This record gives sequence, structure tokens and C-alpha cells, in this order.
Amino acid sequence: MPPDHQPGFASHSHPHGDASHDHDHTHGHGIETPPDPRGRPLRVGIGGPVGSGKTALVAALCRLLADHVSTVVVTNDIFTTEDAEALRRMAVLPDDRIAPVETGGCPHTAIRDDISANLDAIEQLEQSHPGVELTLLESGGDNLTAIFSRALVDKQIFVIDVAGGDKVPRKGGPGVTVSDLLVINKTDLAPLVRADLGVMDRDAKARRGDLPIAFTSLVEPSGAAAVADWITALLAEWRAVSATTA
Amino acid sequence: MNATVLLLADGRFPSGGHAHSAGAEAAIGAGDVRDHASLERFVEGRLVTAGLVDATFAAASARQCGDVTTACFDTLAAEYMARTASARLRQISLSLARQLLRAGARTWPSPLFAACDAATGGRTPQPVAMGIVAAAAGCTPHEAALCELHHLVGAMTSAGIRLLGLDPFEISAIAARLAPMLDHLASRAAAAADAPPATLPATVALLHDVLAEHHATWEVRLFAS
Repeated sequence: MPPDHQPGFASHSHPHGDASHDHDHTHGHGIETPPDPRGRPLRVGIGGPVGSGKTALVAALCRLLADHVSTVVVTNDIFTTEDAEALRRMAVLPDDRIAPVETGGCPHTAIRDDISANLDAIEQLEQSHPGVELTLLESGGDNLTAIFSRALVDKQIFVIDVAGGDKVPRKGGPGVTVSDLLVINKTDLAPLVRADLGVMDRDAKARRGDLPIAFTSLVEPSGAAAVADWITALLAEWRAVSATTA
Repeated sequence: MNATVLLLADGRFPSGGHAHSAGAEAAIGAGDVRDHASLERFVEGRLVTAGLVDATFAAASARQCGDVTTACFDTLAAEYMARTASARLRQISLSLARQLLRAGARTWPSPLFAACDAATGGRTPQPVAMGIVAAAAGCTPHEAALCELHHLVGAMTSAGIRLLGLDPFEISAIAARLAPMLDHLASRAAAAADAPPATLPATVALLHDVLAEHHATWEVRLFAS
């Protein structure tokens, strides 16, 4: 593993601090959703292929954030309510802060074309927990064509993994290309599957321009720290905007 | 027939139906639906039983929208729920209605949505919601019934394609063969729309309710119902 590919943010042409404060619409080609003035929670979508580590990332984020940020989670499963049950077993949040939505055979439809079931679940969860600041929406595992509707989430994270092959960033797709944060997970497996993290970094940057990328290994205790920091910065910005428009 | 009806009948109208098989997955699991012929018989059976109930409540709801001051959406909702034996199906119906009303209210804004919400306390069953959305869109009770039946057929047949790998062309042919039946049932539904809610058809399919309860306990399933 090259020394600059330890878990954490990949190096960039400008400091990362800028990435989460880009509201002049001049950087990258990310999804620019203006912060909502109604003071509702920040909604962050987490999508990506099956097995890339979405549920592990949600669990890790809850462990890092939930003590000081009031958080709720909506999971999407194709076949079962397994992801919600897994999170409940891990006890990263009280059970009533986790709600499953069964999305049927097309998980991307439920986050993109027909978001009504997810909006319904998010609104019910947010209403039953006054003071919620952060709502995480985990998509069902899907393919590289998935993207969240702007009407469903404010920001979105796309999770791919090293074991899926180092060609994945080059294959592109909206998750790789325009998600607000691309997470490349399971860096610890790179030597075992002969994946070149340098290639993944180079190809991801070619697809994403200045949009941020985080290399993670979620088997490590603080493996999600870079992602948690990114969300914390977004939350600060969200609170500031909510305060000025309240 | 006009473009608005086509919009409401389109399977891409974002009202949450894509996650549901209208009981087809449960019937496939029970071995009742295995191939094209058994799927066609299953769909036909549903249409003339629970399908007629759904279509009639959609038509009656659309008719009530003609005069909001006398509308009794709450009575319609209670009568429909009384015809739905399965608690799981009642819950699914309320959930699909919320999603349909959300999409309808954004697409065709109307005071009908607030009136319905006030009358039912937010607990509107799906066919009643279809009637309200259809009326808000300017559709007739007959068209509301037709949309209800069309979506029912679409949910069941697309589940056959996804779960059994059935031939999509043969599925289209099945839907085409059933089309005259849909027209006939929609006409019956529209004709009954003025009757007192308590006297509306109750031709429910009890096996559908039983299988829905079973389906909810499956460890792994592709559809929510």
C-alpha cells in the first residue's frame, strides 16, 4: 500500500476543508442541494453495491456521532429487514431510532424514481423523535447506476470496496461521479485481492474532479473517522444556515 | 381517455407500488402460480373478487369528491377496512395510500386532499386514495376504477416476470386478453359508486388475506406484499 493511501481522505488539489464548504457552485460537479430553511434534520444518504460496507459504515458513524448528535437511521432492504436488525443487534442506537423500509426488487427505484416509502419512513421517524439533527438513509445494496433523489436526501455518500476490483472507479456511474463523498472501503484487503489503491485514487479523481474521496478500513476501531468528520462539518454548516433562516 | 388518465395509469407514477406484488409472490410461494397459465387464472380470479371491491371503492371515492361538503370518506374507509380481513393488508393499504396521496397532492394540488385527511385522520385505504387522486386529476369515477384495476394487474404480472422469469411478451398478451374484463369491472364499479358505502360489493378473496399473513412471516422475500 502506498504511504499516502492509509485510511482517510485522499490527497487533493485543495484542502478538504473547502470541499464541505463549497457553496459557490464553482467546484466539482456534485449534487448541490441548498440547505433547507425549515430547520429539519440533515439527511444523508448512503448508497453502494451489495457487500461494500454500507451497514458497517452506518454502524461506525453511529458509534462515533450518536453520543453528541441526535441521530436516526432508515435502512432499505430488498429481501428482508436484515440491515435494521443487524444495527439493532449491534446496539449502536436505541431500537426505536432505526426503521426498515422494504423496497421490493428494485432498491434504486426506492431512492431515486419513487421515493415515497422512504420519505414516509423518514418523516415518521423524525416526527417521533423531536430534536433529531441527523437522519442517515442506507440504501439497499445495488449496482453502480444508483443515485439518491435530491428530494430524499441533502447529501449523499457512495460506498464501493477494494475487493470489488480496482476498476470500479473507472467504470463510473452517478454514485462514483457525482456523490458528495466517495468512500472506498476495505483498504486492508488491497494486498490480498491485488487491488492497486493508486489506480483507484487516480481513476476516482478523474471521474469526480474536486469532489472528496475517503479511503477507509472499517475493521479498524476509528476506520470511519474521516467520514464522521465530513458529516460533522456538514452539520455545523447546516445548523448555521438553519439558525439564520429560522 | 386523455393524457391525464395515462399519467395516473403509468407504472412510473411515483406512488410506491413498485415494492408490492399484490399477493403474487405469496401465491408463487404457495405453488399456486407457476407458469403463464396459472398466473393468468390467478390474476383473473383476483380481478373478479378483491379487484372488484377495490375498483368500486375507488369509483365511489371519486364520486364523493364531486361534493366535498357531503363526502363521507371516513365511512368509505371504515367499510373498506371491514372488507380486509388481514391486518397486514390493512397496514399495507394505509401505507400505499399515504404514498399515493403524497404523489397526487404534489402532481394535482386540490383541497380534496386536506378534506380526506381531516375525515379519516390520515388513515385512508389505498382504493379510497385512488379515487381522491383521480378526482383531483380530473378523472371520472370510471377512470378511477380502471386505474385501480390496471395497477393491480401490473403489480401481479410484473412479479411473475421478476420471480419466475416469465416471458414479458406473453405477460403483455395476458394483460391484453384481460383488458375487456377490466373494462367490464370498471363499468360495474362506476355503476355502483352512488350506492350507500355499506352496500358496496364485498367479494373478497379470503385466501389472498391468509397468504398475505403468511408472506409477512417469510424470512426472505422480494416484495413487501
